[in-house]
Amino acid sequence: MKNYKLVTIFVNERPVTAPVEPHESLLDFLRHKAGAVEVKCGCNQGDCGTCTVLFKGKAVKSCLVLALQANEKDVRTIKGFTGDFLMGKLQESFVRNGAVQCGFCTPGMLISSYAFLQADPQPTREEIKTAISGNLCRCTGYKKIIDAVEEAAFGEASTKKATSSGSPEISEGQEEAKGTYLLLGGG
Amino acid sequence: MELKVIGKGVPKYDAWGKVKGEIIYADDFTMPGMLYGKVFRASVPRAKILSIDTSRAEKLPGVHAVITHKDIPRNNLKARFGQGSEIGAQFEGLYRVLAEGEVRYFGEPIALIAAEAPEITDKACELIDVQYEPLPGVFDPLEAMKPEAPQVGEKANNIASHFKIRKGNVEEGFAQAQVIVEGFYQVGYQDHAYLELESGVAWVDDDGTIVIRVSSQVIEHFREVAEVLDLPHSKVRYIGTLIGGGFGGKEDITVESYLALLAWKTRKPVKLTYTRKESLLVHSKRHPYYMYYKTGATRDGKIVALEARLISDAGSYAALSPWVLLYSTVDAAGPYNIPNIKVDSYAAMTNTPITSAFRGFGAPQVNFAYESQMNQLAQKLGMDPLELRKKNLLKQGDYLATGYVYDRPVPLDVLAEKAWKALGPKEESKKPHIKVGRGLAVGMCSYGRLTFLHDTSRSYLRLELDGSAVIRCGVPDVGGGQGHILTQIVSEELGVPLDLIKIHVTDSQLTPLAGTTTATRQLYMSGNATLKAARELKKRMIAKTAQLLSVKEEDLVVDQGKVVSRNDPTKYVALVPLINRMSADGEELFVEAQFNAPFTDVPESEIIEGRTHPDFTFGAYAVEVTVDEETGKVDLKRIVAAFDVGKALNPILVEGQIEGGAVQGMGYALMEDMVIKDGIIQTPSFAEYLIPTSKDVPDVEPLIMESMTGLGPYGAKGIGEPPIVGIAPAIVDAIDDACGVRITSLPATAEKILMEVKNKNKEKRAS
Repeated sequence: MKNYKLVTIFVNERPVTAPVEPHESLLDFLRHKAGAVEVKCGCNQGDCGTCTVLFKGKAVKSCLVLALQANEKDVRTIKGFTGDFLMGKLQESFVRNGAVQCGFCTPGMLISSYAFLQADPQPTREEIKTAISGNLCRCTGYKKIIDAVEEAAFGEASTKKATSSGSPEISEGQEEAKGTYLLLGGG
Repeated sequence: MELKVIGKGVPKYDAWGKVKGEIIYADDFTMPGMLYGKVFRASVPRAKILSIDTSRAEKLPGVHAVITHKDIPRNNLKARFGQGSEIGAQFEGLYRVLAEGEVRYFGEPIALIAAEAPEITDKACELIDVQYEPLPGVFDPLEAMKPEAPQVGEKANNIASHFKIRKGNVEEGFAQAQVIVEGFYQVGYQDHAYLELESGVAWVDDDGTIVIRVSSQVIEHFREVAEVLDLPHSKVRYIGTLIGGGFGGKEDITVESYLALLAWKTRKPVKLTYTRKESLLVHSKRHPYYMYYKTGATRDGKIVALEARLISDAGSYAALSPWVLLYSTVDAAGPYNIPNIKVDSYAAMTNTPITSAFRGFGAPQVNFAYESQMNQLAQKLGMDPLELRKKNLLKQGDYLATGYVYDRPVPLDVLAEKAWKALGPKEESKKPHIKVGRGLAVGMCSYGRLTFLHDTSRSYLRLELDGSAVIRCGVPDVGGGQGHILTQIVSEELGVPLDLIKIHVTDSQLTPLAGTTTATRQLYMSGNATLKAARELKKRMIAKTAQLLSVKEEDLVVDQGKVVSRNDPTKYVALVPLINRMSADGEELFVEAQFNAPFTDVPESEIIEGRTHPDFTFGAYAVEVTVDEETGKVDLKRIVAAFDVGKALNPILVEGQIEGGAVQGMGYALMEDMVIKDGIIQTPSFAEYLIPTSKDVPDVEPLIMESMTGLGPYGAKGIGEPPIVGIAPAIVDAIDDACGVRITSLPATAEKILMEVKNKNKEKRAS
């Protein structure tokens, strides 16, 4: 006989009760028992950060938490922030800054950024980098994600204020872009 | 005409769904009564299979099917590259679904299991008994090319492919050379490390069609899967999901054949998702290469000859190795005008994991070699690296190595200079053991598939009566905005607001086939197909308006939701009434358009001549590093990336490709060390195979040039793959500049650098 125990976890404030085995992770519970497939699984061993959720007020990799440890506790996934001002700002900032490419790291990345900004609303760029360093992203090179977190905190990313040296010509119609534009022969 | 939507960094249509966690990726999907699939894999790198006993696994409660090669209608197929016609043995290998008679690599699939729960499939794997007769393997391509080497696959000499470039006469060229640089370079594996694992769900539809909902860069694989099952192509349907990262790793078939077989056998929906360990151990990787280079120049820096010998590790099945090798061969001399070039390239098969497509597709390997050669040549000549390049760079009208006249501008001189100057004044380190260095490298990377593959793309566009629009185009979206950009094109052409455009991207039976999301081809190919469809509809709208208003067609333009006269802005018809009128008059408000790339003939021999690709994208990297001479640790301080993208249709997406490509290339250059021993990968986790984190990289500084000279819509070039080309040699050059050691193998790990620094200091003390 398997050693099941009935647990109740409050997933985005909704109680979900299901039998779990002792080894079962919170990630497994969320994806397979609570239907919370917005929590992604990229490695299942704590290396990638895609399964990050908000647990006890902290951004936590749910594959490293046992479902039993979350019994009677609150867990928030990316779908649990409706109406939340800070998360709304972060989401909009991620969208506007092009911080989302394939999107697979995005839910975890947003939750890490959210927990971090709650604790430290006025961070430096280096502090943001440290805060999200447990969340891998293979698409963006991180710059636009860091820009997005900065913008959510300060209203503007520091990289947008500084212009690149070398003062190449800027072509017209690029007002929304942050990079520097050259015209052919502009050198 | 001023562009209104094109050139704007508007957010992708899928971005909101992604930040809200609403996208149902491949593994997020379930069906009632669904089973779980699992692949049972070989535990030895090379062996004869004496027997496979699955009887105990089959009897395990909860197991619905166990499949071995005996159960597969066609287990051995010719590996194709999407080409319709037969094109010769040197381009073809074997695609084998499950091991049959032999094991060629560690982790080769031997059996498939479908069961009611993942734990049951694990248990069933333990109950499968395979008897092996272990055989000596060959794990290195140079060893594999020796006559006495064990035969890995179907090719007698282990050489999957061999290509040649012959331009001018290298003997005569080297005779004119006053300075010669010779180099031997080695590059290792790189894993795509997309965060979404290989995954899909398959089921048999009520009419007997196998449907596979899968994360794939190539929905046209429905044809291969149909052949595996010996079914008509029309009886296998792919529904592509939004992809959680591809980079070429979801270009070959991953889980689809397994899923189709299990669903076919069980008649139930089946899900199969790899584990990260499984993915790192067995899915295809970037090819390791050995590269011998010899470059000859006159004393004033004019390169007169280049000779290269490339050997790639083609792994245990050919997969896309011949094609990757062909790309490397074409790019081997780099974007330089060199009168005498000789290249010999070989893809040698070994008993190691499959090597295949990865962003850059053979370009990053040779780029590391040819640019390392350039930087060493500059050192030997005592010449500024930028000046040396300016003297030798390809120009419009020059011959490529294949003898094809490149008829478009090559602004690499401007790009290299801008990137280099953007670094600004150099600050020296205050700590004696921390050295600062800078490096420069340029590169070329094709966009669009090989011209002899006769590539096409199709796109469908329909206007709705309320003025909204629907696009159907079979374009797999790996996250670069491959689908999104088509909505910007339609919005630009027809004046339909972006939020009124719906696009369907990947259904092999319901969306017109648009070809692979590979080879940096989607914007070029599907962008042009969509543009063609939009312009045809625009033509019809203008013709109708001309008729209604009695004005000339050439005087009409589409602007701000209406078709309006250029000369008299009071003469116009708004889009919605116009569309309704056209509909009432029975006019067709839909177009399916096809775009064809330039076509050439298949090479008749191993000598590669003439046009091979539609076009190339050019770029330059300038970087600054610090090297800690006491630990060998490299810190990247600056990365400036200058690319001519033709036209940035969406600048934010373009920057995203450049920034992401730079960082992935930085990982290739410095960090990503896939250790393999006797055919078995020793680093099967992200704790062992390290990819860049936010702490490892500086902010990439993209410099975007718009030459308007690309073959894509509005003059765009492709930018998906090119940014991974150029950064590795720039970093290695910067390390040399910092501490005087030349690293010739990638990744340039701290250990290697420290060793070289110690050797250098030893030599210094000895002299």
